Amino acid sequence: MQKTLKKYFPVFLLPTLISFAISFIIPFVMGVYLSFTEFKTVNDSKWVGLENYIRIFTSDKTFMNSLWLTVKFTVVSVITINIIAFAIALLLTKGLKGTNLFRTVFFMPNLIGGIVLGHIWSLIINGVLGYFGVDITYKPEYGFWGLVILMNWQLIGYMMIIYIAGIQNIPDYLHEAAAIDGASPVQTLFHITIPMVMPSVTICTFLTLTNSFKLFDQNLALNGKSSDTALLALDIFKTFYDHTGLKLAQWHGTGQAKAVIFFIIVAIIAFIQLRATNQKEVEH
Amino acid sequence: MRSKRNIINCLIYVLLFLLAVIFLAPIFIILLNSVKSNFYISESPFTFPTDETFTGIQNFIKGFTQSDFAKAFFNSAFITVFSVAGIVLLTSMTAWYIIRIKNKFTKIIYYLFVFSMIVPFQMVMYTMTYYAFELNLNNRLGIILIYLGFGAGLSVFMFSGFIKSIPTEIEEAATIDGCSPIKTFFLIVFPILKPTAITVAILNAMWIWNDYLLPYLVLGSGENRTLPVAVQMALTGGYGNKDMGALMAMLVLAILPIIIFYLFCQKYIIKGVVAGAVKG
Repeated sequence: MQKTLKKYFPVFLLPTLISFAISFIIPFVMGVYLSFTEFKTVNDSKWVGLENYIRIFTSDKTFMNSLWLTVKFTVVSVITINIIAFAIALLLTKGLKGTNLFRTVFFMPNLIGGIVLGHIWSLIINGVLGYFGVDITYKPEYGFWGLVILMNWQLIGYMMIIYIAGIQNIPDYLHEAAAIDGASPVQTLFHITIPMVMPSVTICTFLTLTNSFKLFDQNLALNGKSSDTALLALDIFKTFYDHTGLKLAQWHGTGQAKAVIFFIIVAIIAFIQLRATNQKEVEH
Repeated sequence: MRSKRNIINCLIYVLLFLLAVIFLAPIFIILLNSVKSNFYISESPFTFPTDETFTGIQNFIKGFTQSDFAKAFFNSAFITVFSVAGIVLLTSMTAWYIIRIKNKFTKIIYYLFVFSMIVPFQMVMYTMTYYAFELNLNNRLGIILIYLGFGAGLSVFMFSGFIKSIPTEIEEAATIDGCSPIKTFFLIVFPILKPTAITVAILNAMWIWNDYLLPYLVLGSGENRTLPVAVQMALTGGYGNKDMGALMAMLVLAILPIIIFYLFCQKYIIKGVVAGAVKG
């Protein structure tokens, strides 16, 4: 079968491969190269070595600011989302009637796109702040917590679903044994439920981690105009497209270098995730 | 003991109900404001419409006509449907080929697909846009090819995982009976892949329908703009007084199809999203 199938390479592999090369491989390779240059467009570049990278960490302050902001935002979101999602999942697995309806409601925000979501919350947050005569751009903290609230609203339902699946996978005999031994509900929670859902915790932690770290649409729609609250992805976008004039080539080079660093951080997170999930699988 | 349990259950219901209210409130508030007149939206966004502030469906008519909503909706639907169909069809074929033909070349390609999943869009944003324009892919048909390239990573990965678990005996029997690889794939392999195909279709549909940056860069905000681009334009672009009423109506119109779709295909969507999360 292998031999005949091999001849069908143009049918089975080529279309996907061509579009993959055009939209990903070539742009990726060129992207890495261009981060060492100053360029107006892709075929008009001048080699500058590490200059762009040096600029990011010295004269251009926006990158470090948004990196720090992104880290803070990610940590806060990961903790709040996972705790709340896990708590709701516990409530919904008590075997009560009608929990499916609640599940449907909690999951729904996850389907709404980032842009629309950002504008919904922009109306609400600005509406509340309006009573105090200010808006979301008044203080960077407002934008930050606005994003945290928005992220919670969007991702809690999603993580809740994964936690519910994890909790339902716990064999009944463990709970029965605990009940016979006279364990209190709190003891059961900490000694049975939580250790048994650790694989779900790993999945949810990394899902919220990468989603928060790469956030763009929501950031743009909620408070995209203010650069104080620009997370990394938005900062890179602004470096590319929010600058004009003579130094355009420099901005492009800087933006591309920022993108490379952004990619490396995301890749490291993904690598740690891979290690973490593999270890878990070995344990079982 | 029993009554204590009942009280606890009651409390849980109250808590869940309160949470549900919090989760639904944002959508409800947008809905409320979409039937109020402009002035009252920014003045008092959290009040119910009264006789004085109620404007009926006037905002919806304005939102629909002013922003050329129908056009953007059609663009989004067209791009989503054909991209998803293309991705499901072509990446399942690719995955089958990669798994069934084991050599260095297919191995490298497989790892390239997996690698592409961890690369953030900003990394290739500028260069990809350049090539899209160079190759005249900056239109509704061209972007489908770009989505195929970007969607390939996750989709090939998910199909491959499933294909590995299918025994090759059936396919070999079909080949001996004289089936060409194309026939074997469509008559035997693809039907087996159906559950994964549904998952892949849902994940990609949700991504492409809601995607903003890629269509904004490639298609721009003109004739070919998609729904998220139109919403972003209407709510941030331009100067002077914004027509808040029309904008609220636009938000409602943008959410409505997703919610209806969700209510009908809920089971598949939740299953698909969870499967995608666990594998991805």
